[in-house]
Amino acid sequence: MKPVLEIANLRVGFSDGTAAVRGISLNVLPGETHCLVGESGCGKSVTALSVMSLLGRGAKRSAEVMRFHDRDLTRMSDREMARLRGDKMAMIFQEPMTSLNPAYTVGSQMAEVLERHRHVSRAQGLDRAAALLGHVGITAPGMRLSQYPHQLSGGLRQRVMIAMALMCEPELLIADEPTTALDVTVQAQILRLLQGLQRQLGLALLLITHDLGIVARMAQRVSVMYAGQIVESATAEALFAAPAHPYTQGLLNCVPIPGKTPRDQPLGSIPGVVPRIGAGFIGCAFRDRCTHATTACSGDIPRRSVAQHHETLCTMAPS
Amino acid sequence: MVRFLLRRAILAAMVTLTVLVVAFALTRLSGDLAVSIAGPNATAEDVATIRKNYGLDRPLPMQFLEWAANAASGDFGRSYLYRAPVAGLIKDRLPITIGLGLSGLTIALLTAIPLGILSAMREGSLLDRAIGLIALIGQAMPSFWLGLVLIIGFGLKLQWLPISGVDTWDGYILPGIVLAFSAIPALLRLTRAGMIEALASDYIRTARAKGLSTASVVLKHALRNASMPVVSVAAVQLGFMLGGSIVIETVFALHGVGYLAWESISKNDFPVVQAVVLLLAMIYVGLTLIADMMNAVLDPRLRAG
Ligand SMILES: Nc1ncnc2c1ncn2[C@@H]1O[C@H](COP(=O)(O)OP(=O)(O)OP(=O)(O)O)[C@@H](O)[C@H]1O
Ligand SMILES: [Mg+2]
Repeated sequence: MKPVLEIANLRVGFSDGTAAVRGISLNVLPGETHCLVGESGCGKSVTALSVMSLLGRGAKRSAEVMRFHDRDLTRMSDREMARLRGDKMAMIFQEPMTSLNPAYTVGSQMAEVLERHRHVSRAQGLDRAAALLGHVGITAPGMRLSQYPHQLSGGLRQRVMIAMALMCEPELLIADEPTTALDVTVQAQILRLLQGLQRQLGLALLLITHDLGIVARMAQRVSVMYAGQIVESATAEALFAAPAHPYTQGLLNCVPIPGKTPRDQPLGSIPGVVPRIGAGFIGCAFRDRCTHATTACSGDIPRRSVAQHHETLCTMAPS
Repeated sequence: MVRFLLRRAILAAMVTLTVLVVAFALTRLSGDLAVSIAGPNATAEDVATIRKNYGLDRPLPMQFLEWAANAASGDFGRSYLYRAPVAGLIKDRLPITIGLGLSGLTIALLTAIPLGILSAMREGSLLDRAIGLIALIGQAMPSFWLGLVLIIGFGLKLQWLPISGVDTWDGYILPGIVLAFSAIPALLRLTRAGMIEALASDYIRTARAKGLSTASVVLKHALRNASMPVVSVAAVQLGFMLGGSIVIETVFALHGVGYLAWESISKNDFPVVQAVVLLLAMIYVGLTLIADMMNAVLDPRLRAG
């Protein structure tokens, strides 16, 4: 199957010298949920924003391949990119409370997307908006359309964001920690919603999270990110069954995964924090926190295949 | 919305009342009116007559109530200087002052807002710094000097625009530009700061993620949120322009309210002073009220309270 999104060797640096993304590659297949997991600050949002070309002016992006279907995203002008965003590819953000414009009604902000990409009337845009609000489980959609963001709870706002992202039936949805800012009960609802929508609409979903519980629930494929690199990628099954990278193993030890972690196993933690990496860093960025680290970890690390569709970036022999 | 406006209106009424009292008190505190009206050569008898004729011998609260009641019905008494009803004097001059203020504000907004937006969009660039510098220079320029420069340049050398009077509409252009210069720096800085904040916000990222055009992102989504402080300050600036345009009215030989105010103060024509102070205060209050209403239209969160 041809991937919807194909990225090879994506690099993003900031003007302050931070190398936020250091050569990552990943594919998202049609109808698949691909989870990008990692601790705070490892470059997940920067990756997502660079796919959407939404990085600020201080950022420099380069990639060997960055394709959406057959379209080369690296060669697109701002204008072409804007035509694609919100239409064929959409994104929802980590911050539902502040991601809607306080000055416009929900309906106007939603209808606008369809008006822009499909050149429909305001009335048609509002009709579709109402239908989608109903679809994402909002009761009395007609009433919500005329409300302003400040009149909605966080969970409702995130539902509005999701519905808004679906206005033009995108083929790729990038969801950047869509539930992190929400109550646990609301989190579960939103995840269920995304899962349902993905199944119904055949969306390709790039789901960003730091929560392995969410990965276990949602993902078909997983890319584990650490300090701007993907240190392990595998199917969700393989990753939980046989994590190859010490970082992935550490992450799995930190959280109980329902049905996957034995009840009597004590939870671990990974000491230390994600280092800030500058340009020109060589070796494994995890070596200072890794219990298996050797001198080899300071040299170039080859990417190896542990099994079919299962790769890791570690000198450690695959167990 | 209704409650918000009601609260503002009550506040406005209270401010007006206070100004009424202060305007009255000021003229009475500045010495014995009868003496100054009578002039330096008057005898004690003259002063006594004047005091009686003008009703200045009655208790102050009585004088105040009478004046306030008359003022409420549009009668501000007669000017000592012009020997004509104050209301008429003001009515003749008000259109000039308002025309001047509005042209000043229009020019200021048409300059400051686009420049502020450009500055914000290119924050830190050479263009941004150049615009900032121009604003700084504009602020440092005395308005009488700028007025004269414009008169010499556009009026005398190029002969494009009239240099005095407002017999035709284009008479408002040069004085309008001079007035605008005093308001541009503040409006520009506010627009720039507001736009920088708005453009960095999450909802702008959302607007861009929706694929909206740059024009829509900047002018619809960012400017709307950045414009509230600009509206408030523009209202105050218009107030300044209406009340403080004496220098410009003099330079361009315009007989507006500013000129009248200056004249009446220097000649102790207290019915005029009182009326002008009251009028300007009412204009301020009215402008603030309008700004509040506009902000309530701009920001739905204000309407809730
Ligand atoms: N505009 C920027 N300028 C400089 N550095 C930045 C900028 N944006 C992000 N970074 C840096 O890039 C790195 C990756 O940030 P990113 O936001 O992608 O992390 P994340 O994985 O999404 O974390 P979180 O889980 O907290 O959202 C961080 O070290 C961050 O400080
Ligand atoms: Mg993030």
